[in-house]
Amino acid sequence: MPYTNISTKAKQVDRRPMNFMERIYLPAIAKGLKITLGHIFQPKATINYPEVTRPFSSTFRGLHILNRDEEGREKCTACGLCALSCPAEAITMESAERKTGEEHLYKEEKYAAQYEINMLRCIFCGLCEEACPKDAIYLTQTFAPSNYDRKGFIYKKDDLLIPHPSSKN
Amino acid sequence: MILTAITLGFILEKVILVSIILGGSLGIAMYSTWAERKVAAVMQDRRGPNRAGPFGLFQPLADGLKLFMKEEIIPTLSNKFLFILGPSLAMLMACMTSAVIPWGPNIVHADGSVFTLQVADINIGILFIFGVVSLGVYGIMLGSWASNNKYSLLSGLRAAAQAVSYELAMGLSLIALVMMSGSLSMREIVEQQHGFWDNGYFTWNFFKQPLAFIIFIVCSFAELNRAPFDLSECESELVGGYHTEFSSMKLGFYLFAEYINMFITSIILSSLFFGGYNYPGMDWVALHVSPLFVSIIGVLVLLGKAVAFILFFMFIRWTLPRFRYDQLMDLGWKSLIPLALFNMLVTGAIILAFQK
Repeated sequence: MPYTNISTKAKQVDRRPMNFMERIYLPAIAKGLKITLGHIFQPKATINYPEVTRPFSSTFRGLHILNRDEEGREKCTACGLCALSCPAEAITMESAERKTGEEHLYKEEKYAAQYEINMLRCIFCGLCEEACPKDAIYLTQTFAPSNYDRKGFIYKKDDLLIPHPSSKN
Repeated sequence: MILTAITLGFILEKVILVSIILGGSLGIAMYSTWAERKVAAVMQDRRGPNRAGPFGLFQPLADGLKLFMKEEIIPTLSNKFLFILGPSLAMLMACMTSAVIPWGPNIVHADGSVFTLQVADINIGILFIFGVVSLGVYGIMLGSWASNNKYSLLSGLRAAAQAVSYELAMGLSLIALVMMSGSLSMREIVEQQHGFWDNGYFTWNFFKQPLAFIIFIVCSFAELNRAPFDLSECESELVGGYHTEFSSMKLGFYLFAEYINMFITSIILSSLFFGGYNYPGMDWVALHVSPLFVSIIGVLVLLGKAVAFILFFMFIRWTLPRFRYDQLMDLGWKSLIPLALFNMLVTGAIILAFQK
């Protein structure tokens, strides 16, 4: 049993000296031109990106969002399970206790005062989404836009929270 | 040229013609860069430049602006005079070849005066072209030597050797053509290919001298330093070849000269072998429409043929891999020159046989 299948698949290189038809090059050139000319009419591999976008699969995992409930309250309780599950250690958070009078802002007694995801570290595996017991974090279909500095890729809570349902946009 | 014919009107006429030709060839060279990128793209299933303006048509303007704005660097250890002379010479020689090309049939005014669509109808037009083209390689040689860079120097060596080898075969292939036409004047040669079909014969030289055409076009690839013979600027071995050290508009001149040369070579190829401004049915147009239209269509036909050749040059560039240096020399000295000599011999024999 050979170690590889090279011996069966490898093609011996033809080392015979070129015959007359090969030595005048022209038939080979015509053959080459036929190939390249044929490619003119083939569909283009490039997509006109900003105007046309590549269709993603329905399970595509893009940028994260932090969810709100129907009344617009933040769902996240800063339990830290997403940060724990994150294999890239991209998520950090700071928890805080809900005060009286803030019930319309946060769904439960504990909430995330700070919530950051480093999009340069994130590998978009979706484990945070799976770990979240409160359905607070989801991965969307968009991907992180480019930026001029690293700071721009650290998404704060404001960047991640979905808009309040009462707001117009 | 009779001396008394040089009047103010004559000078004005020529100045206008020269400006139109220079402007036109610069414009065509500019859009050749765009076309080259588009052709490369479509052959590789890509799209090519399409951001600047419709279909990316403003891309050459953006490129030109970029080249102008770039910092101009002259290496400290270079020979400054020759460093500047190199690209200037390349550009100058590229533009000079257009002087002897007949762009269209003469326009005869109502008062009988003739407007020739040719800057200078010298009786040794072909020799002039050869002289200027061989001077063109000095641009590359001087620039590459003055750069004081080993890659540039190697590239210059290659360019010079290539030019010498292929110019020989090129000249020999044309001798057969000149033997048939009996003239070195470009206009004379083009006039002899009048129309397309005459008494059961094709008038265009391509049908009389196919072998000479093949040799000539192969040699012009080598003379233009274009793929598959672009050994003097092969990126994979010599960084940028002779223009490694050049920046800003001096680099632009080199690149531009190459495209102008390509345009002029296409014009020469169509003039010598594909009838120049002649086209089928030009007598009918002269008879039924107007002699002026013969000239206008003639110019357009010549430009059309040139564009077809430019596209062919590009197709070849994006199809064939580069020749190895020894293969290049083999092809030049051992194949093309004997072939050209053989063609000369056969042509001479046929001419002799027909004379009797």
